[in-house]
Amino acid sequence: MHGAGPNLAFWVLAALTLVSAGGVMVSRNLLHAVLFLIVSFLGVAGFFILLSAPFLGMAQIIIYVGAIAVLVLFAILLTPRAGRDNGETRWAAPGVLLSIALMAVLLFVITDTKWTTAKDAPEITAADLGQALLSTWVLPFEIASVLLTAALIGSIMLVRSPEEEAEDALQ
Amino acid sequence: MVDLSFGDTLFGFWNWVDAIIRILIIVIAMTVMVIYLTYGERKVVARFQQRLGPTRTGPAGLLQGIADAVKLVGKEDIRPHNADRWVFEFAPFATFIPVLMTLVILPFAKDWGVRNMTLGLFYVFAILGLNIVGIMMAGLGSGNKFALLGGIRAAAQMISYEIPLVLSLLSVAMITGTLNLNIIAEQQDRYPYIILQPLAFLIFFTAMLSELHRAPFDIPVAESEIVGGYFVEYSGIRWSMFQLSEYAAMWAFTVFGSIVFFGGWQFPKGGDWGWGWQLALTMGKSLTFIIAIMWVRTTVPRLRIDQLMSFCWKILLPLSLVQIIANAFIIVYGGEYWLLSLTSGIGAIALVAIIINRAFRRSTKTTGLVGAYRSLQVPAP
Repeated sequence: MHGAGPNLAFWVLAALTLVSAGGVMVSRNLLHAVLFLIVSFLGVAGFFILLSAPFLGMAQIIIYVGAIAVLVLFAILLTPRAGRDNGETRWAAPGVLLSIALMAVLLFVITDTKWTTAKDAPEITAADLGQALLSTWVLPFEIASVLLTAALIGSIMLVRSPEEEAEDALQ
Repeated sequence: MVDLSFGDTLFGFWNWVDAIIRILIIVIAMTVMVIYLTYGERKVVARFQQRLGPTRTGPAGLLQGIADAVKLVGKEDIRPHNADRWVFEFAPFATFIPVLMTLVILPFAKDWGVRNMTLGLFYVFAILGLNIVGIMMAGLGSGNKFALLGGIRAAAQMISYEIPLVLSLLSVAMITGTLNLNIIAEQQDRYPYIILQPLAFLIFFTAMLSELHRAPFDIPVAESEIVGGYFVEYSGIRWSMFQLSEYAAMWAFTVFGSIVFFGGWQFPKGGDWGWGWQLALTMGKSLTFIIAIMWVRTTVPRLRIDQLMSFCWKILLPLSLVQIIANAFIIVYGGEYWLLSLTSGIGAIALVAIIINRAFRRSTKTTGLVGAYRSLQVPAP
């Protein structure tokens, strides 16, 4: 797509994503940080839709906003000290160092890649994605499901109370 | 074949004008619908309880909803002192926007919706996940323990029931072979999909009641337990935003359900008799659906939270998975459609039998509640 519309949409989405990502960093309240994170995720979903990949955009919304952000919100709800100030920390200097290192790696990759624009991107439907996932990429798909099942069972085992353990031992 | 060209391109001036006009029509229709749904709910519930309901404002109380709307807009908008200002003020909008976004893709008549999306069904799943954020914002931002409890309850319930809801719709999508709601409606010209998938419909209906916080799943907004839930601190226009999004969500969900399971604008004779009949079919089906929801509300008492969760995770989720596996086998091995309706029908009978059995069973096993009430013994679910 060319023209003013996509360009405008790109810059609006970029501003939205980056400003809210900055908000995640600078907001001192954990709840505000998570809400900014949600807006940032929505901006990324907008990029996917702008790049003619609506399926990925919606998957981004389902997974990142619907699942991960809500999970973080839940963690905040259930954490007693979540209302505390999110300001200074002893880990500020290592954090800055780590993010500079990460940025260096990313910049290296970005400048090193040969960027070419495809003339006519093929229309990839949800059916194509499903075919690829269940034929070419079936092994990673299955491994991911085993991992998720293990995580589910592990979390259930973690939250069992000692009383329940004792009850089960009696039976 | 339906025409897929309407509203297909993303950019362009006339395209935007077209979209804005369509959205305006939808918003006006939604507002009128919500005003008369509140009136209709009060009338229907009153009939079920042998009362009259609103009678004074206008003939048979017909102007009651409008009077209520005027009153709500005029009320003072109060913000508690210890509320989190921006979170508190944006929460009603964050609840309402996903509902409006759902209305955008529903085809109310043949080829008439705001936009026709190839991934319509998937889009609905994605937008459903956004709804929780607004409710959590209201719960957390109010600075009120009751609102917080309501928010936690709503989020836990909506996350749990989203899974059977999506799985039941997926089992229909396996038969349709498309995610486009317009095509899904068009395919049901001879019989609606509820005949092929009665179990999926029962699961969808139950999960829908839960997503809409309607009785018997109205735990997040239970007045007698937590004085109204996550919107307890809201008043005036912001409270009415929550009310608006609740009723608009009910309307959107019922239109969506009638498209997926009852043939929407197509069944019966929708393709032949013009758009008036199609619109009448869609609205008639969704109103029947809504009256069924109100009927359930006045009939069944509220569930306890552990009953709610065990019903979702131990009954609805396994049954919906079994349905998907059965569908997969039948479709892959080229089975006939009557086989689909047979397996799903057996599942539906099993679900009803389980519910009746549990309702009449005298429980001998007891279990402790969690947390501070652990010593209390209640009948095991």
